Amino acid sequence: MSALLHVDGVSKYFAMGGLLSRTQTAAVRDANFRLEQGTPEIFTIVGESGSGKTTLARMILGLETPTEGEIRYKGNPISGLSFGAARRAFMTDVQPVFQNPFEAFNPLKRVDRYIESTAKVFRGITARADLDAAMDEALASVGLSLAEVRGRYPHELSGGQLQRAAIARALVCKPKVLIADEPVSMVDASLRMAIVNLLRTLRDDLGVSVIYITHDLATAYYISDRIMIMQKGRVVEMGAARQVLDDPQHPYSRLLKASVLSVTDAGQGNLEPARDLMEASRTALEHADASRLVEQGEGRLVRMAG
Amino acid sequence: MLTTFRDLFRYNIEFRIGVVLVSLIVIFSCLSFFSPYVPEQIYTVIPDQPPSLEHWFGTNSRGQDLFWNLTFAFRNTLVFGLIVAVLSRIISIVVGMTAGYLSGWVDRGLMFVNDIFVALPIFPILILFYFVLRNDLDTYTLALIMACLGWPFDARLIRSVGLGLRHREFTRQAIFAGMSPAKIMFEEHLPYVMPIIFSTAMANMIWSIGFEVTLGVLGFTNLNVPTIGTTLYWANNHSAMVVGTWWWVIIPVILIILTFIGLFLLAVSMNEHIDPRSRLRRMGGGNG
Amino acid sequence: MQVERDEIYGIAGESSSGKTSFIKVLAAAIRPPLRVVGGSVEYNFAGQRIDSTKASEAEIKAIRWRHLSYIMQGSMSVLNPVRRIEKTFGDFARSPLGLDCRAFRERIEEHLDHLKLPKSVLRAYPHELSGGMRQRVTIGLATVCRPEFMIADEPTTALDVVVQKDVLSLLRNVQKEMGASIVFVTHDMSVHANIADRIGIIYAGRLVEEGPTRTLFTEPKHPYTAHLVASLPVIGDTRPRPSLEGRPPSLADPPQGCRFHPRCPLAIDRCKREVPPLETVGTRHRSACWRAQEVEPLVRPEATVAGAGA
Repeated sequence: MSALLHVDGVSKYFAMGGLLSRTQTAAVRDANFRLEQGTPEIFTIVGESGSGKTTLARMILGLETPTEGEIRYKGNPISGLSFGAARRAFMTDVQPVFQNPFEAFNPLKRVDRYIESTAKVFRGITARADLDAAMDEALASVGLSLAEVRGRYPHELSGGQLQRAAIARALVCKPKVLIADEPVSMVDASLRMAIVNLLRTLRDDLGVSVIYITHDLATAYYISDRIMIMQKGRVVEMGAARQVLDDPQHPYSRLLKASVLSVTDAGQGNLEPARDLMEASRTALEHADASRLVEQGEGRLVRMAG
Repeated sequence: MLTTFRDLFRYNIEFRIGVVLVSLIVIFSCLSFFSPYVPEQIYTVIPDQPPSLEHWFGTNSRGQDLFWNLTFAFRNTLVFGLIVAVLSRIISIVVGMTAGYLSGWVDRGLMFVNDIFVALPIFPILILFYFVLRNDLDTYTLALIMACLGWPFDARLIRSVGLGLRHREFTRQAIFAGMSPAKIMFEEHLPYVMPIIFSTAMANMIWSIGFEVTLGVLGFTNLNVPTIGTTLYWANNHSAMVVGTWWWVIIPVILIILTFIGLFLLAVSMNEHIDPRSRLRRMGGGNG
Repeated sequence: MQVERDEIYGIAGESSSGKTSFIKVLAAAIRPPLRVVGGSVEYNFAGQRIDSTKASEAEIKAIRWRHLSYIMQGSMSVLNPVRRIEKTFGDFARSPLGLDCRAFRERIEEHLDHLKLPKSVLRAYPHELSGGMRQRVTIGLATVCRPEFMIADEPTTALDVVVQKDVLSLLRNVQKEMGASIVFVTHDMSVHANIADRIGIIYAGRLVEEGPTRTLFTEPKHPYTAHLVASLPVIGDTRPRPSLEGRPPSLADPPQGCRFHPRCPLAIDRCKREVPPLETVGTRHRSACWRAQEVEPLVRPEATVAGAGA
């Protein structure tokens, strides 16, 4: 099997501070993973704010250049493709879905404008009828129709509809990989599962691989095939989602799982924070420089000391 | 756009007064098209007549009917202000949006040039142009020069808006929808800059007309073309206040002050309209 | 709707369902263009009754912070970024407490100690503290006068999961210890599940169901609640979760009859014409649905199907 997307030892450092007190902060340290061709999957990156998950997503999209390491798409490095035909070809295959559906469309412009532009530029469709057909097909795959969306401004649609329109926008150019950065965190509770279920349908029916970035372990468990947990820029645990979340090994992963507010024992006020796990994950972070990812079998990696 | 003006008109008393004042001045200047006199000709009527039914604003010492002469003066001055405003808006939009959206070294380069223009001493430069061009310095040439000097402050303002828009998610959406930078700048971002462009255009007109009047009064311009500046120059030249032809000075001054107040009120009310909080406060108050 | 002493009452609703306007009424912070059309909010503070919709500015000022306080969503916007925490405490709590400088300072230190916050936060500026720490300070700020009633508006939404649990547990402990009442507003049902004693569900500006937390999660009697509860995924459970179609109605032009009927799987003709009243359907459990007795949980709780799921 050949790699579709290969994130190879990628690190990103940001320079912080003023002229005299410049320090380097690592947003992402030595991230490695690959998505295979031919086996679409939902790959979830879990982390809290400051874990580097969004920076990693931006690097995969080519919006940020890695300081170290390389990201390759179908064997070709993606950095340096800032414009031109190669960049366009890459953008046709790798498309983003953004976090806030209310921000993702210009409030002064019609929503279909973006879908149309994507179809025109990336699929080279010019005829009116073909454009409409392509747009309708993409919208149908997310449960909308062109008639519902055409001529509408963002404020005329609900958050769930907008997020689906945004996904349809990305799907118009028939991408191989969809990078969804917290796609449901700003969507109302009653509409949230529709989006999450949609991501699963995309994988099963359209063969699109999804890199799902979230802080929500519950939805991650619900839809993902593989999961990668990040703490302060470092990958601490990685493997099959169910396996990792049913029995997390790294203290930080265990802390995250323990902090998820359970709904099964609703009304019992079970809020005692896991102090020992907090302590353990802090210790793990302090000794992170001297740790490495250890193979545990079946593609599972856990960061361990030594 | 139309609804914006309707809202402004309905809820904003400053805007209403501004519109009325500016419209009056515009109508007045348009009367010049029906003038019975040719503006460059002198001694066509009896000089130094005070305002009367025959000559509403009186006549000046050069034998011109002041009413009709001033219609020409205002037309020329307003056209001058408008040309400066439009041309300098175009430059500031292009520079500001490009610097804001592309940022990086393009931004640094453009803002370097921008800061040079900010620092230029405008008045000596204009006088220098007069000495070189002499009577070739007509309204249009002067407008062109002023436009080249009047953009940098507003370009910086537009750039700051552009910088903010660059990081909005819809900009990234547009990039991944395959839109070109030019398309993003002028179709996605321009609508956000329009209110600023309108309100700075008014301020810019006040600025450029002020300069025109100053240059005219001092005589550093083509004195045969009637403008507010040259009208005052001739009045001063004939010692109008000393001789007692006060209308020659007072009437144009009142009219130009009304123009300035009108433009100023338009700029202020549009500026307030840009900020949604102050706009809502006013509209909420207007509702009851 | 009634909030008892010593309980946490959760209010759940989607964006633009009217929960923000509702708490503004509670907090007597209604300003034009908002207007209270009808009804009243009665408080019973230390024996005296106050209606916050009618009370004068001075009366409101007298109860504010001493009896009634709020914990807001963005801790950064409550804490003035250029003032040390100490000063901010002074701004808010000095006049309601009516203590002199020394006593006030001791009171605050004692209070922070109680919340397990180090004294050093008093000398700090808001930006020097982490998000969780700031939110803890705002809780401290809201509780320093030991008010009887607090309004918490999405206090943990911006926080990471680990910190969120920590802050919630702090809030719960403080509340228990002071015996205060809290109206806790958030859209996150899993937060409600863990902190609220009772929950009221708001849909399109109306209270559609109200009841003890446990009951709402296990035996919802309104189809909207049933969907909300069922759509929460649980670790260790991968059964497909249903999603609700359609969109919340606009409050400017709500549908006739029951406002949920266009999206409701149980809707009948009657729902389109008549507004269902909020009726008692169980112990302290009320629901506004014509077919309340027919509502079934959409996904059975894990416990009852153990072994069958996963």
